[in-house]
Amino acid sequence: MPTADAAQLDRAFHALADESRRAMVVRLSRGAASVSELAAPLDMSLPSVMQHLDVLQRSGLVRSEKVGRVRRCRLEPGPMRTLEQWIAEHRAIWERHFDRLSDVLDDAFPTDQGDRR
Amino acid sequence: MSIRQHDFTIERRFRQTPAQAFRAFADPELKQRWFGVPEGWTDANWELDFRVGGGEVSVGRDPGGELHEFRSRYHDIVDGERIVFAYDLLLDGRLISVSLTTVEVRPDGDGTRLVFTEHGAFFDDLEDPAEREHGTGLLLDGLAAFLGEQVAA
Repeated sequence: MPTADAAQLDRAFHALADESRRAMVVRLSRGAASVSELAAPLDMSLPSVMQHLDVLQRSGLVRSEKVGRVRRCRLEPGPMRTLEQWIAEHRAIWERHFDRLSDVLDDAFPTDQGDRR
Repeated sequence: MSIRQHDFTIERRFRQTPAQAFRAFADPELKQRWFGVPEGWTDANWELDFRVGGGEVSVGRDPGGELHEFRSRYHDIVDGERIVFAYDLLLDGRLISVSLTTVEVRPDGDGTRLVFTEHGAFFDDLEDPAEREHGTGLLLDGLAAFLGEQVAA
């Protein structure tokens, strides 16, 4: 008898055993999207997209919520996703530090090019 | 549990000389202005001991209430040219990453080119262990990340 975990894995792998649904997961791995944004690159009707979305939601991979008239979809966050977000932020934080470093250098050591763009 | 390796390089050009750019790392007054705890954060503590074997501490609580800690140790310093340091990042007391970092400042025309290179190990145990579900979620999220990389490549 499959455990709860095994059943969830079965649903997840079933959900991913389809090229269109994989494309939807890949799109969502870059950030939340509306149903029409998910459908845009796919060559299929909106009802078909909704059916695929339903499979993804039942697998637990994707969650959606209605915001006004628009349904927003996102990957279900987990520990790994938190880490991915952290890594993406990490470099951006250093970039911001170096922006500030540039300002500090211009202030502390003005050059004759200081006012030139 | 898993470890993610992440390497990156940032290059910047400054109008100032390499000696001046280097001072922004070595002089506590200058360093704090671009690397100190951000304004508006609480529980702030910042210390710089710029010598081999010394280190830097930058601790602060962001407006959302999370405590950020940066703790570094200098391994090599060549005045005006190179800094090598290792640092830990902690969030609310949990270790998130350990990185080895090199900073090079080189003459570039009448200015300076700064090359910042980091090799980091990131740990996934950010969540409370009780919230982590048997690795199933991890596996699936890892798969999603893998699929994303395949398309991005």
